[in-house]
Amino acid sequence: MIGLEITCLQNKSSVFSLKKDGIAGKILNRKDITISILLLALLFVVAISYPLLDFSDPNTIDLTNKNLAPSAENPLGTDYLGRDILNRLAAGTTTSLSIAAGVSAISLFVGIFIGCISGYYGGIIDETFSRIIDIFLSFPGIVFALTIMGFLGSGVINLILALSIVHWAKYARLMRGQVLSIKENEYVLSAKIIGAGNFHIMRKHLIPNSVATVIVLATIDIGHVILSIAALNFLGIGLPSDIPEWGAMLSAGKEFMRTSPYQTIFPGMAITMVVIIFSIIGEGLRDILDPNDTGGEYL
Amino acid sequence: MYRYIFKRMIFTAITLFAVFALTFFLMNVIPGGTSEMILKHTFIGLEESATQEQMVQVSARYNLNDPLYIQFIDWLKRGIFEGDLGMSFVYHKPVLDLLLLRLPATIILALSSMFIAVVGGVSLGIYAALKENKTADHLLRFLTLFGVSMPGFWVALVLILIFSVYLKMVPVAGYGSIENLVLPAFALSIHSLASIMRITRTSMLETLGQDYIKFATAKGLPVNRIISRHALKNAMLPVVTVLGFQMGAMLGGSVIIETVFAWPGIGSLLVNSIFARDLYVVQACIIVIVFLFLIVNFIVDLVYIYLDPRIRYG
Repeated sequence: MIGLEITCLQNKSSVFSLKKDGIAGKILNRKDITISILLLALLFVVAISYPLLDFSDPNTIDLTNKNLAPSAENPLGTDYLGRDILNRLAAGTTTSLSIAAGVSAISLFVGIFIGCISGYYGGIIDETFSRIIDIFLSFPGIVFALTIMGFLGSGVINLILALSIVHWAKYARLMRGQVLSIKENEYVLSAKIIGAGNFHIMRKHLIPNSVATVIVLATIDIGHVILSIAALNFLGIGLPSDIPEWGAMLSAGKEFMRTSPYQTIFPGMAITMVVIIFSIIGEGLRDILDPNDTGGEYL
Repeated sequence: MYRYIFKRMIFTAITLFAVFALTFFLMNVIPGGTSEMILKHTFIGLEESATQEQMVQVSARYNLNDPLYIQFIDWLKRGIFEGDLGMSFVYHKPVLDLLLLRLPATIILALSSMFIAVVGGVSLGIYAALKENKTADHLLRFLTLFGVSMPGFWVALVLILIFSVYLKMVPVAGYGSIENLVLPAFALSIHSLASIMRITRTSMLETLGQDYIKFATAKGLPVNRIISRHALKNAMLPVVTVLGFQMGAMLGGSVIIETVFAWPGIGSLLVNSIFARDLYVVQACIIVIVFLFLIVNFIVDLVYIYLDPRIRYG
């Protein structure tokens, strides 16, 4: 019996390592993914080091220098309160990336957990969870998040919570589908026969074998999360105004669009760039993991 | 097939019911929820001086003392049989009137955006597929990457900046004429246009690789005829599948685009009502949006069955 378990493990680990070698090579072969990963690494460095390094406070108000065009002093100009736009964009990187990371972590955890249980147990449990997932997916995401924020009020935790409530269902549905197909495999059956517990099977077989697909979806989805964060803040309902955020910068800048369009244009470019980076990485990883999957963009 | 349609209808009804229930309970459970707001708006500014007796009277009038589920059933009954969705605290009008007033604007905006997205996306997608791996294809694919990544509200602002502020071709905001519709419809359509173009391209490439297309080419049929007669219908299946999803994204996006352009639709009504805590209106807007979304998905399913006779649902 122990022998069986070991063979299963060996098989799995060899498949896994083969895949891993393949992935690293294939990523390096694709120029777009490599460049995106490098850019993302750079963004992470900015996001992590920004709060640690002693830059001038992005909230410093200087009314004598407001609405300036880009210059040597302020490379991207200043906003309507004379705050340096580049400085605030860099600080906004920290905001967007950390909130997006929080949302992804929570919704991945909940989605994987519920999807796994639902797919593995089947029957009435599956029916119940599937209906709940369907209901959550029948709200257009941004409307749902907006309403929740409307009642929770602004704040970092509330924003992470609202967006997680919106996003978990997608992962749960994908995870459920994965588990449904994986649980028919013989190694799961063998594990059951040698008396492995349900929890053990989920932890050792089902989750490790299906998590890659879900994480790929999550990578593509981080872009959407960042767009949602920006959209909510643009509507004025996301974060308190002392936290620099791209969507809020855009929203404040739009009043001065005629005279100083930089306040509107640069934050939008920052958002677009980050979203593009995440979609190139996510979609590239998907192509590499599953070459047969063509164009099923949101499904 | 009829059984499948029937099943889908039942499911749509269940989901709607669940959404009704969820919204209703959410609105009542949260701090500053419906009952609190009713009291507040009845005694505007006089909550302090209102006697306990008056409070009880008002509570009784609105059945605030009943258990929540009874309030929910009452609310459903009134909503379905009498079309009474409550009174707006802010506009002092029945919510239903407000919705009916605002709904056409949202539907016009969503339909014209969908039209731009489908026509533009499908034709550009076919074009890109025909020019596979040529410069035009690469350029279009690069542009779709931007299309799906740019925030809609930013696109809207940039469009205003270019076409209203600098070129002075169309008014900045407003409602009523085709000139007002152009920018919001275009801004709202960009994301879906890019997605639809992508899907069309992939699916067209797949279809063009099929044997029957090669046969048609070998017969010497002109390209236009092969596309319109043989490839298009089959290549459209995946496109139709994403339409429902795109419509949902559009309803969501319209909330933001309507706010940017001061477009008098359901979306901007929802945003304003959330800020004003006009709960009956919020509730109704959410229900309308989810309702539209579910109906669109239902229709998309029917179209799908029509397009692909191979599908026979049990």
